[in-house]
Amino acid sequence: MSAISQFWRTGPRRDPNTIAYIVLIVVGALAPIFLQLFLGGTATFWLTVFADMGVYILLAIGLNVVVGFAGLLDLGYAAFFAIGAYTYAFLASEHGIVTPLHEAFHVPFWIVLLVAMFVAASFGLILGAPTLRLRGDYLAIVTLGFGEIVPRVFKNASVWTSGANGVSALDIPALPVWIQGPWSGDPFAIVQDFKILAPLAYYVIMFVLLILCVILVRNLHSSRLGRAWMAVREDEVAAAAMGVNTVATKLYAFAIGAAFSGFAGTYYAAKLSLVSPENFGFSVSITILVMVVLGGMGNIAGVIIGSTVIYSVIFIFLPQLPDYATSFVQSVGLSGLTQSSGDYPGIGEFISRLKFLVFGLILVVVMLLRPQGLLPSRQREQELQKGVHEDTTIVDVTAETA
Amino acid sequence: MTATTTAPAPLLEVGGIDVFYGRVQALRGVTLTVSSGEIVALIGSNGAGKTTTLRTISGLMHPTGGRIVFDGRDITNTKAHEIVRFGICQSPEGRRLFPRMIVLDNLMMGTYARRDLSHVDRDVARVYELFPRLKEREKQLAGTLSGGEQQMLAIGRALMAHPKLLMLDEPSLGLAPILVETIFRVCVEINQQGTPILLVEQNATKALEIAHRAYVLETGNVVQHGTGKELLASPDVQRAYLGM
Repeated sequence: MSAISQFWRTGPRRDPNTIAYIVLIVVGALAPIFLQLFLGGTATFWLTVFADMGVYILLAIGLNVVVGFAGLLDLGYAAFFAIGAYTYAFLASEHGIVTPLHEAFHVPFWIVLLVAMFVAASFGLILGAPTLRLRGDYLAIVTLGFGEIVPRVFKNASVWTSGANGVSALDIPALPVWIQGPWSGDPFAIVQDFKILAPLAYYVIMFVLLILCVILVRNLHSSRLGRAWMAVREDEVAAAAMGVNTVATKLYAFAIGAAFSGFAGTYYAAKLSLVSPENFGFSVSITILVMVVLGGMGNIAGVIIGSTVIYSVIFIFLPQLPDYATSFVQSVGLSGLTQSSGDYPGIGEFISRLKFLVFGLILVVVMLLRPQGLLPSRQREQELQKGVHEDTTIVDVTAETA
Repeated sequence: MTATTTAPAPLLEVGGIDVFYGRVQALRGVTLTVSSGEIVALIGSNGAGKTTTLRTISGLMHPTGGRIVFDGRDITNTKAHEIVRFGICQSPEGRRLFPRMIVLDNLMMGTYARRDLSHVDRDVARVYELFPRLKEREKQLAGTLSGGEQQMLAIGRALMAHPKLLMLDEPSLGLAPILVETIFRVCVEINQQGTPILLVEQNATKALEIAHRAYVLETGNVVQHGTGKELLASPDVQRAYLGM
């Protein structure tokens, strides 16, 4: 036993990112205090932004299980996100009244978190089962299809989902009043049973949720199942020859990956108090995939950093880019550029049109400079340094026919 | 059936299996046995069905006719990952290592199907004793090894499963002559330590020299069967496979 336990703890699969985790936890825990100190009134706004960022981090952690650990390219991950969000919409709003059920449910947020996890995991199995025979590009296309179908079903099954309008006025999550803390608002309000959540509470919940999920995923990665995922990713036939049940292993990857987006979906829906099929399109799937790949596929800390960076770029940096440009040209004395003339719409509008060009350039530059991702898993790093070629060992199974 | 007369109940009994790739029949009633303690070689030219036979025994493919009995258990339609648990482990054709795992990681993957992990240290030490090169490369990614080292690792990984039957598919393929010698010497050593081996080889001379018994496959049929020495001396085999 000693070799196993010793080796699997100290071996290369061990997450080597203790420092990265410590930094992330410290920054995460201290962020609210610093925001309050330095920004005062606008701190709440930033806490909300960071809580939303957490949703994407959660999604990226989940997708990393499928893509990074098990090597199954999933281009329709937003579908599970949608399923998680709609689960909350059905279980925690008045919406049930207008569906053929004529009955509204108001299940507490905390319970729906778990329910949505199981619902999303089940849909993970449903997607996984028919795709088991597919690999690589073919699998990617099928998941792409799934990602297109799900929002469309939510859009067109309007009897159940109110179609393109989505479901609004979802229940606001509440904490039982006996859980006292800085988030509970009025600490003397013992008459009501529940306290409605404040931005700080959302932030804290997301922070705790993320810590739980990271612990969970790290343990999964170093478990027997984690080994099986890795083996399947490397070579499916070899994995089967070692006694890995490849079918079950891949299904687990889909189901567990989807479960995380169930969490994320519920949280997202509850915070926004609204779900709409427009929120779960292909671009969401791709954004999450970009986060995983750019952060460092297979490495949890890398994925967290990747999603933080990408989220900041897309949702914070790019929207403010026109303002930056305007104040820049004004500060260098070229105020004339801010005026529109003829086809030229003024620097602000002009830059605003170029936003996604800038985003694309950022992606290209990062991937050229760090092809292994910002914080890669050790395997991927070694591979890029030492140049392992897949074709050194992978031989076409069907080549030898008699 | 011309089952072996030396052992009354062979460890592995393949009885007249038919295997198809789509509509192409790859094996036509292939029958063979492996008893405990034996090295059995399967020789034949490209496309004769040697690899298909191994793939069928290990459950990666399933026969449409005939049956496979291992250790008293019918495994004809058993799935590959379960067959490993019953004690058949193979070093697959093309080695099929996990290229982005280090050498030790690959060896440890071999223990995946084992229930008893109490002697893992000793087993790793044994593999390193058989192949000292692997010890030197312990922390290196498998994909960066040379062809010979990869073959050693593939055999070592299969041994880590504690197989009751070890199947090797073309262990000498693409290796320098000196490494071929090493591989075959280790095969004999493994066998002498008590593990029966079913060996598929194109290098017929080498295979027949170390095999107790051998089968010759031609277009999916067993055309000849005998002890290694008999087949080495057989004029047909000499002409077709030994280049004499």
